[in-house]
Amino acid sequence: MCLAIPGKILDTEEIAGIRVGRVQFGGVTRKAYLDYVPEAVVGDYVMVHVGFALSKVDQDEAARTYESMRVMGLLEAELGGAE
Amino acid sequence: MKFLDEYRDPKLAQTLVADIRRHVTRPWVLMEICGGQTHTLMRYGIDNLLPPEVELVHGPGCPVCVTPLEMIDKAVEIASRPDVIFVSYGDMLRVPGSARDLFQVKAAGGDVRIAYSPMDAVDLARKNPDRKVVFFAVGFETTAPPNAMAVWQAKREGLTNFSLLVSHVLVPPAIRLLLEQPRNRVQGFIAPGHVCTVMGYSEYEELAERYHVPFVVGGFEPLDLLEAIRMLVAQLEEGRFEVENQYVRSVTRVGNEAARQRMFEVFEIADRKWRGIGEIGQSGYRLREEYADFMPSACSTSRPRAPRSRRSASRRWSCRACKNPWIALCSALGARPTTRWARRWYRARARARRTIATGVTTSSRPHCRRLNHGHRTQYGMSLAAHLHRSRAARPRLRRQT
Repeated sequence: MCLAIPGKILDTEEIAGIRVGRVQFGGVTRKAYLDYVPEAVVGDYVMVHVGFALSKVDQDEAARTYESMRVMGLLEAELGGAE
Repeated sequence: MKFLDEYRDPKLAQTLVADIRRHVTRPWVLMEICGGQTHTLMRYGIDNLLPPEVELVHGPGCPVCVTPLEMIDKAVEIASRPDVIFVSYGDMLRVPGSARDLFQVKAAGGDVRIAYSPMDAVDLARKNPDRKVVFFAVGFETTAPPNAMAVWQAKREGLTNFSLLVSHVLVPPAIRLLLEQPRNRVQGFIAPGHVCTVMGYSEYEELAERYHVPFVVGGFEPLDLLEAIRMLVAQLEEGRFEVENQYVRSVTRVGNEAARQRMFEVFEIADRKWRGIGEIGQSGYRLREEYADFMPSACSTSRPRAPRSRRSASRRWSCRACKNPWIALCSALGARPTTRWARRWYRARARARRTIATGVTTSSRPHCRRLNHGHRTQYGMSLAAHLHRSRAARPRLRRQT
């Protein structure tokens, strides 16, 4: 149940005093409450859980994690070849 | 989708598995705490890819499964009232109470609605001022800030027809309970990434320090989980017990301060009963005194109704997304489950593991194998095996079936 999905903020507005954004997940766009991520702006990716953005996706960290896994893949290929 | 698809790359998954295989030298028992992580492990068959040394035990982190029977009964009772619109996350509707579940209430004419977000329930309360809207607030720390926001907003708007049936549970007390069991087998934990998105991971540092077990905060995609398992195995092999963060793209050590602030404005920590486990002290949230107006009236007055039978009262239950918390606890402690279906589940799992390790398909029941009825349905024996048993003229067994 604790699933959160990354989506991109397309635009923001105020509804009943709360900051709400239109967030795009692949081909689907839904509104998400942005009160818990005051630092997130249009164009940022946020993790959305039950209609609430709970964190701003750290794009640099995401790239770094992926890169480290990819480098490990390359190393693996080389080690595999050496054996 | 960005930040999802790249973490499902099969080639990288193989690399990670190979790396785990290369580094593991001894058997290790790991637990993924969150039901969402269990779901990914099962869906992508990750548990089958791992070397036999790495055993994954599924944790009690599914709020749907651990919501106690009494709470479901309360929900059923409230939802049956004619003046109530009962709003819930879809997962909760199938959970059996002692007599009925919420789907049956809906079928019998009760106004039970499924919501995507707690704010949908607030919206319903705004649009239906003449009816009471009750929202079933279940979940771990991840779901608590959204639910807290719903109550906070209702109070701000002066909505008097909105209330919250709260059954919130917390992760660290359950882990502490497990770690304090003398027969605990779990040696390392994958901490729940989205809970830590809100709470940060300093709570787990205390647990790691005190019980000398490593934690890795893990994400929910296959590569996230494999990477978390790799990091855990590395810590265990090196004899370290630290808290590491694999899910850096969402989790920071301090978590989400704004969300926690709103959450503690509305909720306070309280004792909670967990279905299949029992009461765990200080393991959940309840509404603060200032928000007492937002408790549904039945909550404070009604006593839980006596269950119809002992069987239904003791009925353990598990949603399709994850494994039963009680079984999880049994397997974490190395205890033998006592109910018939749990024993079957246990045996089937052991058999699957043997099959993967040895490459030979075996059946735990020689008479089934003899008749080539090794494959049995999920819920027990196949019809053919049943027939074989009756034909074998074993009166004691026949009476049982």
